Amino acid sequence: MLRTFRVDLHIHSCLSPCGDEAMRPQAIVHQALAVGLDMIAICDHNSAENVNAFMSAGSEKGLTVLPGMEITSKEEIHLLALFDRPEECMALQELVYQNLPGENVEEVFGCQTVVNERDEAIGINRKMLIGATLLPLERIVSFVGSLRGVTIASHIDRQAFSLLGQLGFIPEGILLDGLEISRRTSKEEAKERFHAYQGFSFVRSSDAHHLEDIGKNVTHFLLEKTTSEEVRLALHYREGRRVVE
Amino acid sequence: MTVFDIAKSFGLETRAGKDHLHEEVTGGYASDLLSDVIAHSRKGNLWITIQTHPNIVAVAAMKELAGIILTGGREPDPEALRKAEEEGIPILVSPVFTFELVGRLYQKGISGRSPC
Repeated sequence: MLRTFRVDLHIHSCLSPCGDEAMRPQAIVHQALAVGLDMIAICDHNSAENVNAFMSAGSEKGLTVLPGMEITSKEEIHLLALFDRPEECMALQELVYQNLPGENVEEVFGCQTVVNERDEAIGINRKMLIGATLLPLERIVSFVGSLRGVTIASHIDRQAFSLLGQLGFIPEGILLDGLEISRRTSKEEAKERFHAYQGFSFVRSSDAHHLEDIGKNVTHFLLEKTTSEEVRLALHYREGRRVVE
Repeated sequence: MTVFDIAKSFGLETRAGKDHLHEEVTGGYASDLLSDVIAHSRKGNLWITIQTHPNIVAVAAMKELAGIILTGGREPDPEALRKAEEEGIPILVSPVFTFELVGRLYQKGISGRSPC
């Protein structure tokens, strides 16, 4: 049976250098449920080291947490990748880490905290997660596709780090599953501005870096259950699944 | 000055569009955001960038730019090369970084102001 789910697919944890230190598993899961979300995805910059902790915290409380990542391509485009299983997310992380130069400068970019499901800090990530990988956009999209993951171009309505800002237009033939619109642009504005890309599904998410931003911008999906595979079907209008306008 | 003259005097290597180097250069534009290049570059401009994605060729063709110079030793993506040959868009490469190259071009009279 299909039903409508309230979903926020782009949330940063305290692992992202720009993510607030309060963005920890129990806190985020609590806030997500409080604002009525059925599913979230944790997408830190170029790393997925916190996804297991979030998935455990979510399953304890009955909230689906998808393992994800926000990868920075060589062209400095932000791209969301979502999966059902952490194993696939870790395979992506391995490729990203092999292609991510530099070390974080905590004083400048912020702390990158690895946590457990009880919100306790268990480590610090030393990589420069805010940086760009050496991977071309198309390479990341096809790699995620080969892992049966979902790819969504981040905040295409923004100038900085967006597919349209960096590359001017969407390259022909790219197998993206969807385009994300940030909360800066209304549904109506997005429809008009991105009319040329109406062949893609538009997803709205919060890109939350602070607890209070969670669920401030959401997508309603018509799905059978809360999985990334169902999200993929919905983004392509398959088997009755779809984004609810 | 043509793209050919500039390539010669700055020791740029031509990677694509060898038969299209004789267009007169109207000025220069330096940016790595393609949306910005679409908005502000002018016909006949030489475009200096570090982006190597195939979309650079489409932008140069759309804006009728004289050519693209990739700086800092960057090489065009294979698909960008293929498209550049197809569209007849010169792609030149330089080991020099953008700031330095733009400075040298400016000294030679290539300005950022467009004639139109």
